[in-house]
Amino acid sequence: MKLKDLESCLQQVDTFEEPKVLLEQYPTSPHIAACMLYTIHSSFDDIEGKLVADLGCGCGVLSIGAAMLDAGLCVGFDIDEDALDIFRRNAEEFELTNVDLVQCDICCLEAEAYAQKFDTVIMNPPFGTKHKGVDMKFLQAALTMAKTAVYSLHKTSTREHIQKKAKDWGVKMEVLAELRYDLPASYKFHKKKSVDIEVDFMRFSKT
Amino acid sequence: MKLLTHNMLTSHVKGVTKGYPLLIKATEVKVNEVDFNPQFVSRMIPKLEWSALIQAADELGQRQDLPGELVPEYEKNEDFLKKVHRVLLEVEVIEGCLQCPESGREFPISKGIPNMLLNEDES
Repeated sequence: MKLKDLESCLQQVDTFEEPKVLLEQYPTSPHIAACMLYTIHSSFDDIEGKLVADLGCGCGVLSIGAAMLDAGLCVGFDIDEDALDIFRRNAEEFELTNVDLVQCDICCLEAEAYAQKFDTVIMNPPFGTKHKGVDMKFLQAALTMAKTAVYSLHKTSTREHIQKKAKDWGVKMEVLAELRYDLPASYKFHKKKSVDIEVDFMRFSKT
Repeated sequence: MKLLTHNMLTSHVKGVTKGYPLLIKATEVKVNEVDFNPQFVSRMIPKLEWSALIQAADELGQRQDLPGELVPEYEKNEDFLKKVHRVLLEVEVIEGCLQCPESGREFPISKGIPNMLLNEDES
């Protein structure tokens, strides 16, 4: 599958009807999702035939893309029933049979939950602007769950902090791309039409 | 919920030391065809809790003749891999619940999605 075909498929994925501010629900754009997945697939071969987890999957754009790239199975985790319901309908519309869903709170997982059960973890976690530190909790959970690698988006402003944490945890972190994340004005408190924020697409690997 | 996913789920209710495997009480089960990928299935098998998978398949009446112990050289046995593929990926619990073997706490499964959220006083 070509990158542009993946992107145009992902444009058909439905997103949040009423995004919840406290959960920092904003969709990953089809363009960013496709670029992420295509890189993970073509540069690192971490999707095809792999057991993949998508943390804070929301309406499922990353999972659906991973499923299209022939993940063995992609399991989406999210706390929000409404988002999971949209995810489920998306998966049905795309007739995907290699996705599954679990409703749970990634921030409340036991320390060793799902330890090394997944080959790859992909995620666009909350950036932690509403609940400080939630981004790092997601990352910690992801690193526990993944056997090979974690792919994630983080604000560029947190790069140094993440680099330090990665070192503490004994994992290798590399920035694969610097993105401009066009956060559409999906919440009422966003006065401008859209806000560009600088985001890093990162890969964490176990050594 | 597929049984591959079930194989990884644990109950973390406060005070529970052995919240695995979760018992399945299904009221609706579906079997959907999924593309067979023998390499993927072979690679998953050593990572599974085999006895938990067999127990789950039994509870759903979907065990077929899968053995209680893993067979040697399963990676060359296509017939065996197809059966494992079926229970891991094709059998899905749509409605019902999962029960913690120790506390008895039930986690509902609705529209195929298990809800593992705990109340504040449980975690």
